[in-house]
Amino acid sequence: MERIRDLASQKAVVIFTKSSCCMCHSIKALFYDLGASPAIHELDQDENGREMELALRGLGSNPTVPCVFIGGQFVGTTKAVITLHVDGTLKQMLINAKAIWF
Amino acid sequence: MAGTTIKIGAEDNNKRRSATSVMPSFFSQTPVSNPMGTEANATQSSRLLDYGVLEQYLGFRVGDSSGISQSPRFTSTVDGRLSSSDLHSQAFNMTHPSTSTLLPGSQAMQFHKSLAPMPNIVSASSAQHENWGDSNMTDSSSHTDTSTDVEPRDKNLQFEMGQSAAVVISDYTDKSEERTQDQKTQRRLAQNREAARKSRLRKKAYVQQLENSRLKLTQLEQEVQRARQQGVFIASTADQSHAGSANGALAFDAEYARWMEEQNRHINELRTAVNSRTNDAELRNIVNNVITHFNDVFRLQGNAAKADVFHILLGMWKTPAERCFLWIGGFRPSELLKQSSHQAEDALSQGMDALQQSIAETLATGSSGSQGSSGNVANYMGQMAMAMGKLGSLEGFIRQADNLRQQTLQQMHRVLTTKQSARALLLINDYFSRLRALSSLWLARPQE
Repeated sequence: MERIRDLASQKAVVIFTKSSCCMCHSIKALFYDLGASPAIHELDQDENGREMELALRGLGSNPTVPCVFIGGQFVGTTKAVITLHVDGTLKQMLINAKAIWF
Repeated sequence: MAGTTIKIGAEDNNKRRSATSVMPSFFSQTPVSNPMGTEANATQSSRLLDYGVLEQYLGFRVGDSSGISQSPRFTSTVDGRLSSSDLHSQAFNMTHPSTSTLLPGSQAMQFHKSLAPMPNIVSASSAQHENWGDSNMTDSSSHTDTSTDVEPRDKNLQFEMGQSAAVVISDYTDKSEERTQDQKTQRRLAQNREAARKSRLRKKAYVQQLENSRLKLTQLEQEVQRARQQGVFIASTADQSHAGSANGALAFDAEYARWMEEQNRHINELRTAVNSRTNDAELRNIVNNVITHFNDVFRLQGNAAKADVFHILLGMWKTPAERCFLWIGGFRPSELLKQSSHQAEDALSQGMDALQQSIAETLATGSSGSQGSSGNVANYMGQMAMAMGKLGSLEGFIRQADNLRQQTLQQMHRVLTTKQSARALLLINDYFSRLRALSSLWLARPQE
């Protein structure tokens, strides 16, 4: 849990993914498209991956990956991200977190 | 006390007894005057056979003061409501306060019939008789002597003995008759119940079967219809492995058709509202309805995708022309709102491509180079398992795509004014309906 928080606050945009998950691929693509450069952490490449996954589930992320943090704040999984994106909130959040500038 | 009411009244004799009975009795106030036993015999109005029997018995019992052997108690058949204790207490009550006024010779018994079936009455009254006999025995000796209504003792006695024996026997036989009657009735009733229950169960099973076959019938009809539409001949039976997905797919098709009809209705409403320039609030109402109606279809699609992902993915339920423009199981959101949805759309598209690629890779590797057959099989299984997992994420993609569509619609609604939204919805609907019309025209074109 701490590790999650730790990693999440290191960069403006942090995404927890798994290399096998294609939805993660989509979300990554979205953020790249927006111009942000998120920090990607692959849970299946990490030795504490299991507990991190459990911690993410504890935060309420279902499915656990992809899980997005913006400015250290828990945003959620794909559905939340897309919802926020469509009405423009996502962009605003990114701007606030200084991940993008316009 | 609910069971039996015993009222003792002195009739013929002038000695009126103050009623120590506790309850009013429904039953016929057969004021049986039993001045003597024999007369009681003759004069009684026997509503119940038992009643009459009891009358006799009572009359005799009371008249007797010499402790004739009591008839056996039929307490075993007294049902709970006629508790012996009640009888006892009643008997005592009756004898207690007014022994002086108690006339052994004349008593009326009234029974609360509704609660006690016949045998019970018999038994209860017999039990009561017991009590009476008991309590009266001690007290009544004097009374009998003093009573002017009592017949000569010996005659009474003899008669009583004969009568009581007869009474007892008739009691018994009545009782046993009653008993068997009752048993027969009970058995008949029980059998009836059983039969009724069985027939209910059978009916239920039949109805179930009927429902199942009805369902199958509709499925077949739909299949045939679709086949006719596509000009393909479909084999009649669907084997079990496809049955599940076929069910889900067909169910979705049916629900989609229904949704379409409703949607058309809403759109017509909208159109008339727009044309007649109704006020804003109403228009907003209608527009909201349409949007929420869209949500319904998305939900349906989501459920159906769980059941049969490929059916949704390939848009089998849509018309062929619509399928031309298909994007992950539906229309492209960017057709509605260019900018924001475009990016999301792209992202999802990329994800889908990645998925397809990975599935292909999974299936491709492993075909090259592996030793022994067991290795092959294990590989194969592992491959398949991985591919299965990836296919599972297809559903996730569909869900996200639908979510995107939904959000785009909402956003559009938010961005535009009500009137603009209304017109936009109409436009969208027109677009799709024209697309569908194109589809049917195309299918119906004369084959050269």
